[in-house]
Amino acid sequence: MRLNADRLTALAVLAPSVILLAIFVYGFIGQTFYIATTNWQGLGAVEIRSVGLQNFEALFAGSGLPFFRFREALVNTVVFTVLFIAACLSLGLFLAILLDQRIRAETLFRTIFLFPMALSFVVTGTVWRWLFSPRSGLNTLPTVFGGAALPPDQWAWFTDRRQLVTFTWADASRTVVILIIVGLLVFAVTAALRRRPVQALIVGMIGLSLIGWFFLGGAFEALGTVVRPLHGVNLAMVSIVIAATWQMSGYTMAMYLAALRGIPEELREAARVDGCNELQVYRHVVLPLLQPITLSAMIILGHISLKIFDLIYVMAGGDNLRVDVPGIHMYLTAFRGNNFALGAAIAVIMLILVAFVIVPYLINAFRTEVRR
Amino acid sequence: MNKRLLSLFVAIVLGFALVGSAAAQGGGKLEIFSWWAGDEGPALEALIKLYNQKNPNVEVVNATVTGGAGVAARAVLKTRMLGGNPPDSFQVHAGQELTGTWVVANRMEPLTELYRSEGWLDKFPKDLIDLITYEGEIWTVPVNIHRSNVMWYVPAKLQEWGVEVPKTWDEFLAVCPKIKERGVTPLAMGENWTAVHLFENVLLAQLGVQGYRDLFDGKLSWESDAAKAAWTLFDKILDCTNPDAASLSWQQANDLVIEGKAAFYVMGDWAAGYMTTTKGLTPGEGFGYAPAPGTEGVFNMLSDSFGLPKGAPNRENALAWLRTVGSAEGQDTFNPLKGSIPARIDADVKNPNLYNSYLQSAAADFASNALVGSLMHGAAAPESFLNDFQTVISVFIATRDADLAASASQALAEASAR
Repeated sequence: MRLNADRLTALAVLAPSVILLAIFVYGFIGQTFYIATTNWQGLGAVEIRSVGLQNFEALFAGSGLPFFRFREALVNTVVFTVLFIAACLSLGLFLAILLDQRIRAETLFRTIFLFPMALSFVVTGTVWRWLFSPRSGLNTLPTVFGGAALPPDQWAWFTDRRQLVTFTWADASRTVVILIIVGLLVFAVTAALRRRPVQALIVGMIGLSLIGWFFLGGAFEALGTVVRPLHGVNLAMVSIVIAATWQMSGYTMAMYLAALRGIPEELREAARVDGCNELQVYRHVVLPLLQPITLSAMIILGHISLKIFDLIYVMAGGDNLRVDVPGIHMYLTAFRGNNFALGAAIAVIMLILVAFVIVPYLINAFRTEVRR
Repeated sequence: MNKRLLSLFVAIVLGFALVGSAAAQGGGKLEIFSWWAGDEGPALEALIKLYNQKNPNVEVVNATVTGGAGVAARAVLKTRMLGGNPPDSFQVHAGQELTGTWVVANRMEPLTELYRSEGWLDKFPKDLIDLITYEGEIWTVPVNIHRSNVMWYVPAKLQEWGVEVPKTWDEFLAVCPKIKERGVTPLAMGENWTAVHLFENVLLAQLGVQGYRDLFDGKLSWESDAAKAAWTLFDKILDCTNPDAASLSWQQANDLVIEGKAAFYVMGDWAAGYMTTTKGLTPGEGFGYAPAPGTEGVFNMLSDSFGLPKGAPNRENALAWLRTVGSAEGQDTFNPLKGSIPARIDADVKNPNLYNSYLQSAAADFASNALVGSLMHGAAAPESFLNDFQTVISVFIATRDADLAASASQALAEASAR
């Protein structure tokens, strides 16, 4: 690479952000990984020792209640993510299709639906905390029409303690592990059938070694020791999902609307000429063309929901077990309980979870860019 | 264009550097860090005013971080201390929150010399001095005393319902169904920390003074029958509380009692300040008070205090601040506004113009009762224990599994003692 004036200026302009990113993003991610493998507790200048992966082991298989709480938070996050994405996508798509009908005052409605996104989660959380307050909020709505208020113990919203589907951590983690192994093996077999021997070999080896580790290495028994209390799909999570969906569905709508407008009218016309009714036009022409947008929306919503902290912290408080998430647990463990190592371990797990969502997307985006 | 951008960037960087160095120089300043804003702000401001009368040239920076009952403030404080940027003096609960977090970590300066030169050693109660002493040195200056084990009610309502104030939890459980029949919640409760607050007083009633102290000294196991019985009792008491507890702040739970929707409320005596100042009620008439059931003759206390961190940028000013905080005049300025009693035994508590009838009765109990330290408010157990114990309470409320709670608590106690 030759250095001319142009390149020098480019480097000089890029250098500050590259250096700052390297230190303040990637440097600190590295430091968090390091802290997660130590025993750092408390605020003293004590000697910090490396303990390997003990913190992670404790989080996933430890028998103490703080570790139970982490697993409860993890289960809650999965439930929240699934419900939140499903609700946002379906509601967003529905609103976008309605707005796409060339209605009057479209701009007004678009603004109304999009506006909640301009608020911060803290504001949303405060408002929905009031609305879902079992004694004074939405439950008193029937009284406006002369009815009786809904009983706060049955309509408990985010204070609800009921669980729908209950299971033990051991069962859940076994199921997940088996699913991962089956997934890997299926992938390996398909790769082999498509004549990609290297891929098949690598993935197959990973799958087989996982089998070996879990069945022969005794990891299954370790997971089996934790049975109490039960995890489940918590009813309290529903109110959080409603609040979050209220905020983010407008954004999903905007994405879908832009995509709908991008579909050439000729395609729909062609389908109609071929004899499709309106429903079939959507089923066979419009929805398939929206698929890339759905993927983008899922990734954006997914990384929000996996990292969520402020909405729940404000709405339900920090110690409401039934709606606990790893973000809150991490904050309290590190800064209230002074257990910085364990807090860092939770942060690392959150990062890995988000990476599962982001990295395939980045790879995909990178590939398309190169192809262009 | 590029050159212009570049020079702009350089200018910004230089600007930040200049601002940074200017802030580091300071001089004639004092930064006080606390979570006292809102209702509690005026008390701190009055104390700062008194300090400024004595030290007119010092510019006081009142750094408050609100929210989360001090959780947010403590998180900010920890990052500042770890980052080598301590305030000159900060609010901390006397007891394990101070010792277990800061003193053990070697981040505080001992203040025994200050106590000697000011003649304070016999001006504070001995139990309190013990609480703030670690390895022979005193580490902080208490500014007030709050009481945790108080049960609040509205006398007129109790009369209307024909309910006596229960003296023990058994009496309470006996009267509980009777109150429920009227559609009234027998015992108000709020979000999770108020449940911990309630539990510590159930624990105190169940174990007695010596048992409670032994439990936190590690001499009594959480898995002993006596401690387990506290969980079983707590389970029964929870059945008498409002189902929407998790949605209420401590003030909203207090409102249930004031509005006649709940009969009793176990809360610290900042509730007295809330009911007199914010709600305009008279102690004894608008609201009544009694020791929490089964804790008569015991004062479950907590104390806010100010310490001197190592490396405080304005050490001399901070020492002058601590002299104001610990003086009888300072305590009589602060406490009537805060709604707490002074930590000093020679303060002017008998003065009815300063201290209302509730505070006078609390001061009398403080002088005569056995003292124990509060769990929820940082006196009895280190923060690492308390943090995880809130998880235990949260799990217990959801599962009501006494054996699980007992063994989990014991595991936490062993882990934090290590």
